[in-house]
Amino acid sequence: MSDAQPMRTPLRQIRGLGSARSGTSHFWHQRLTSVAGVPLTIGLLLIITALLGRSHAAVVQILGSPIVAIVMLLFIINTAYHMWIGMQEIILDYVHEAKWKFLALMANTFFVFGVSLASIYAILKLSFGV
Amino acid sequence: MVEFTLPKNSKITEGRKWPRTSHATHVGEFRIYRWNPDDGQNPSIDTYFVDRDDCGPMVLDALIWIKNNVDPTLTFRRSCREGVCGSCAMNIDGTNTLACTKAIDDARAPVKIYPLPHQPVVKDLVPDLKNFYAQYASIEPWLQTTTPAPQKEWRQSHQDRAKLDGMYECILCACCSTSCPSYWWNSDRYLGPAALLQANRWVQDSRDEATGDRLDNLEDPFRLYRCHTIMNCSKACPKGLNPAKEIAQLKKALVDRQL
Repeated sequence: MSDAQPMRTPLRQIRGLGSARSGTSHFWHQRLTSVAGVPLTIGLLLIITALLGRSHAAVVQILGSPIVAIVMLLFIINTAYHMWIGMQEIILDYVHEAKWKFLALMANTFFVFGVSLASIYAILKLSFGV
Repeated sequence: MVEFTLPKNSKITEGRKWPRTSHATHVGEFRIYRWNPDDGQNPSIDTYFVDRDDCGPMVLDALIWIKNNVDPTLTFRRSCREGVCGSCAMNIDGTNTLACTKAIDDARAPVKIYPLPHQPVVKDLVPDLKNFYAQYASIEPWLQTTTPAPQKEWRQSHQDRAKLDGMYECILCACCSTSCPSYWWNSDRYLGPAALLQANRWVQDSRDEATGDRLDNLEDPFRLYRCHTIMNCSKACPKGLNPAKEIAQLKKALVDRQL
């Protein structure tokens, strides 16, 4: 790194652009979604167990029922958010070249929103039958 | 950037095997990283044989023995030889530690010795720590107050003083920071366990009045939050301190002031 920024003092390099004054909410939300993920994953597993071996019509009916649909939606939102900020951490850890970093951060965001909205749409469609 | 292989000019080659002292009966084998900035060669691993009956019990004793009796060009830092100066921090038998407090018998033979990982090497076992020291300077490791200084000392209760235990003992040897994968990948922006432990030492100090400013300066996705609780730091610390715990305390303080 000393070669990347010649003729700058080490302190100048370490101070860089200063503190971003952020990161704590991110940190807190990661813990929050982890804790929320425990009951929601158990709920998801129970729902999947209940669906095993059922006919298509029965599956549609169960997934469309209010309690099941709400658990599914909470699971999707919680997991998608957890995945989004978690993957962002990994990208910041390992991808340093600006071009690839911003591309990866964008791809991560697009992927999370795409997958989660598609999943949410599916559950809503089953619930409301539109 | 993450580096899974060494750059071409850093690939380590097999070095010289130095001769044994003929009369020695109790011999210890040492395989030591050598690199000379002046000869244009890649780093190499030299093999040395130490007469254990003529040498003290610690790895530093062996290094000094080699320098005195076999190879005066072997380069390493050392000063206090009793674990309070932090100069002889290096990677011994796969762990960052102080050569002066690591017993030769506690390391697997042959004893493998490398400089601290992922730092530029000045020569042999001497790493360039100017980045590390700048990180320490950046946390402003001194008492900061707005209230005018009292006639005598700043007073502190026994309980508040006890909060600094486990932090004031840090000797800044860099064993923890250079054992941390997050620090390997992001040492230009992540402060690393040593500087963060020192930062917490001042955040927790009951006499300091700049606590909020200190936390402001740490609240950054890179400076603090590259710590992912890997805990290599706590495993490596030759003083038995727990930098991971001090970093957790910083994160807790940052959450506490928001919620």
